[in-house]
Amino acid sequence: MIVYLVRRLGQSLIAVVAMAVLVFLGVYAIGNPVDVLINPEANQAEVAAVTQRLGLDKPLWEQFVIFIGNLLQGDLGNSFVYGRPAVEIILERLPATMELAFVALVLAVVIGVPLGVLAGLKPDSIGGRSIMAGSILGFSLPNFWQGMLLILVFAVMLGWLPAGGRGQTVEVLGMRLSLFTWDGLQHLILPALNLALFKMSLVIRLARANTREVALQDYVKFARAKGLSARRVVTVHVLKNIMIPVVTILGLELGSMVAFAVVTETVFAWPGMGKLLIDSINLLDRPLIVAYLMLTVLIIVTINFVVDILYSFLDPRVRLSEVKG
Amino acid sequence: MTDRSVASSLEPVITTKPLEVESPFRRIARAFVEDRLAVLGLVLFLVIALAAILAPWITPQNPYDLAQLDIMDGGLPPGETSFATGGTYWLGTDQQGRDMLSAIVYGLRISLLVASVSLGLAITIGVAAGVAAAYFGGRLDALIMRVVDLQLSFPAILIALILLALLGRGIDKVILALVIVQWAYYARTVRSSAIVERNKDYIEAARCLGFSHRRIMFRHLLPNCVPPLIVVATVQIAQAIALEATLSFLGVGVPITEPSLGLLIANGYDYLLSGRYWVSLYPGIALVVTIIAINLVGDRLRDVLNPRLQK
Repeated sequence: MIVYLVRRLGQSLIAVVAMAVLVFLGVYAIGNPVDVLINPEANQAEVAAVTQRLGLDKPLWEQFVIFIGNLLQGDLGNSFVYGRPAVEIILERLPATMELAFVALVLAVVIGVPLGVLAGLKPDSIGGRSIMAGSILGFSLPNFWQGMLLILVFAVMLGWLPAGGRGQTVEVLGMRLSLFTWDGLQHLILPALNLALFKMSLVIRLARANTREVALQDYVKFARAKGLSARRVVTVHVLKNIMIPVVTILGLELGSMVAFAVVTETVFAWPGMGKLLIDSINLLDRPLIVAYLMLTVLIIVTINFVVDILYSFLDPRVRLSEVKG
Repeated sequence: MTDRSVASSLEPVITTKPLEVESPFRRIARAFVEDRLAVLGLVLFLVIALAAILAPWITPQNPYDLAQLDIMDGGLPPGETSFATGGTYWLGTDQQGRDMLSAIVYGLRISLLVASVSLGLAITIGVAAGVAAAYFGGRLDALIMRVVDLQLSFPAILIALILLALLGRGIDKVILALVIVQWAYYARTVRSSAIVERNKDYIEAARCLGFSHRRIMFRHLLPNCVPPLIVVATVQIAQAIALEATLSFLGVGVPITEPSLGLLIANGYDYLLSGRYWVSLYPGIALVVTIIAINLVGDRLRDVLNPRLQK
């Protein structure tokens, strides 16, 4: 176990370092770092002073060491727009994105699993076929387009729900959340559903495929033969056994949800990290861009690491084959 | 007796018994057309592609020639008549009086151009890396596959966002980002099928004949890895179109002067809430129809090319 843990941790570190190198090269080597790191409105003397202070006259490898050093201390410079540390601003927006991703994940499971089981139990019925067709659409249509249709139907045509923004928030455990006010909840439904649709399609397919397999197993046949109600067979015997792959895949997909939140947040004007990234790109607020990218990479690598470790506890074959290979 | 007379005496034997084996291409084509939905997808895609290629000759106006736009025609709903020319705007106009139908066809042109160029480059790089990894094995294999694993552990959209946030917007930059995002899929696909083929007798035979590595890799190994590659490519081109549209919608993709479908949708998005839905909706429908058409073709190809499902 220790061998696997160390090995997996090493891989995660390599992933973070590789991404840091990519971001570093992008900022320092491809673009002109003076343009990138210094306010474009600065005059010549200021530019020269800041160039020296930031160490931009030093060789590239030395700058990289400094960049990594600052990174480890969580210092990624001040935002041009806000004039405050970039990391601080990102962290302020983090709860909004996490709330959105979390609610979307719950929706994906709560709606996706029952639909997938239904489609798996009756694969050739009209219901089963239309669920599958829906999931194919959910997969292949671009996320932002689905979001726009949601706005068009529920906000513009029906007028049931607000089209954007976050609504009223309350402070829970030091984070401002929309989930616990009626107004906030109304604002949350559409964006969360939008973010959930893609994963929901994935869950439907997984649940359907697994249900079809599990439904043929002897223990399900036995449960039926024993005279248990169809409802009990499905909720206890089938559902329990299809949840393992569903949970695993969803864990791995949580990271991509944080990344895809960029799209949903832009469509619904949800004030999370993703919207901040797009705003920063438009305003050329480079320290914020770098901070967002590094933080998101860190989040995704951490999620992947935790899920892999948990999975290796559940299924020892994984870590054994990994140690050998 | 000369060699030539021997050859000519053998000739009739060969010509009188033509081989009754259908070429793989024809077999696949025949199996493909059995599915009507897939044929519909293919026809739709061909029509869309043709329209995109012929855009300057078939659209009612050049939507980016300012001389052809009339501000009087701004914001007309679908089916209205033009004040300037008397023509009909079947899909309405945007704020500047631009015919949406023309704008959509021009947008398709850019969307498909970006997707197909990046597809070609990504396949080339991915195939070369995948075949080399499988054929040579060892350290090269480990190195290439580590890079692939590393890249695939991050969502494609995040990698594309990193690149475009640092490089700025532009058609060439979007293509670069799509290539970097996609090559890993091809590398992995080709490697996994090439590793199976590598140990077969015909490769051994080619080695014994003293062929160069390059010749064995690309003339012998690669052709046998093509079917899964085609399936992945159809999935990936739909993904590429969707990803490009997403990036352009977010404002980090193609520049404003060369709007793809994604950017058209983004431009019309502001009017969506005020009821001018057509500026945004119809480019979206064009995008969605294109993606669905490609997916229909891809699904059928996957069934047809899968040897396990063949009769």
